[in-house]
Amino acid sequence: MSLAPLFFYLFAIITVAAGFLVITARNPVHAVLWLILAFFNAAGLFVLLGAEFLAMILVVVYVGAVAVLFLFVVMMLDVDFAALRQGFFRNAPLGALIGIILLIELIMVLGFRLTGELQTAAAVVPIPASGITNTEALGRILYTRYIFLFQAAGLILLVAMIGAIVLTLRHKEGVKRQSIAAQSARTPAMAVDTIKVAPGASVIPEGRH
Amino acid sequence: MTTIGLSHYLTVGAVLFTLGIFGIFLNRRNVIVILMSIELMLLAVNINLVAFSHFLGDLVGQMFALFVLTVAAAEAAIGLAIVVVYFRNRGSIAVEDINMMKG
Repeated sequence: MSLAPLFFYLFAIITVAAGFLVITARNPVHAVLWLILAFFNAAGLFVLLGAEFLAMILVVVYVGAVAVLFLFVVMMLDVDFAALRQGFFRNAPLGALIGIILLIELIMVLGFRLTGELQTAAAVVPIPASGITNTEALGRILYTRYIFLFQAAGLILLVAMIGAIVLTLRHKEGVKRQSIAAQSARTPAMAVDTIKVAPGASVIPEGRH
Repeated sequence: MTTIGLSHYLTVGAVLFTLGIFGIFLNRRNVIVILMSIELMLLAVNINLVAFSHFLGDLVGQMFALFVLTVAAAEAAIGLAIVVVYFRNRGSIAVEDINMMKG
């Protein structure tokens, strides 16, 4: 007996348990950490399915970027999370009802659809039998067949980056910043003047300190 | 039990998706946890796509999952930026306070 089923159950159970703890955790920081655990174990499932590249991307993008972003925001905002938990169970019955109906529907779909042999059309891009890695196979179609979608995904990320910067950037009043243009445009005529000082009088002209 | 088929993976995906839906109802007031629930749902979708890709022998499913991942990352970045701006303006992230744009 191979180890693959064992690992499937290990990863699947931990993923589902971590997902459950994400939504029930009392502390949002803990929720983010459970989310990271769920992502790691989903990456394990991807490895079992032979999608090594996606598994690594999941770890790099989700755990390395998205989850850390969540962690930053949770820690940065001074939110009273206890107050947000008031009425935590008020909508639980409705949510549980909808969730259970959805789960039953999904599992019924699986049960009816997958009892027989999977009816398949010919694969659009068959997975190469051997010789090249998963990453290379993905790259070969990503940069040829799906080049426009790839460019569009890049554009989406660019727009998201600019949007996030525009949304969160703020100009504080009263902060002194260097202005190179104003600095370079300054001439001696603007900066220096000669003052005749009367004996015993102050030499501080108005507007200068 | 000893051979893992497509339906095993689809069941994991279904359970995770349901947990995501349930999380939105459970944490109805906390926008950050709602965003995390959405991430869970997208993860469930990705598991489905990759499982079908494996069992149909077609690489397109993995390609699609890659694009879902991209959009999910962009969505998380924008969503959290909106949460930060909202917190700065209102001093809270409770969902029921988000009614400023009501006519």
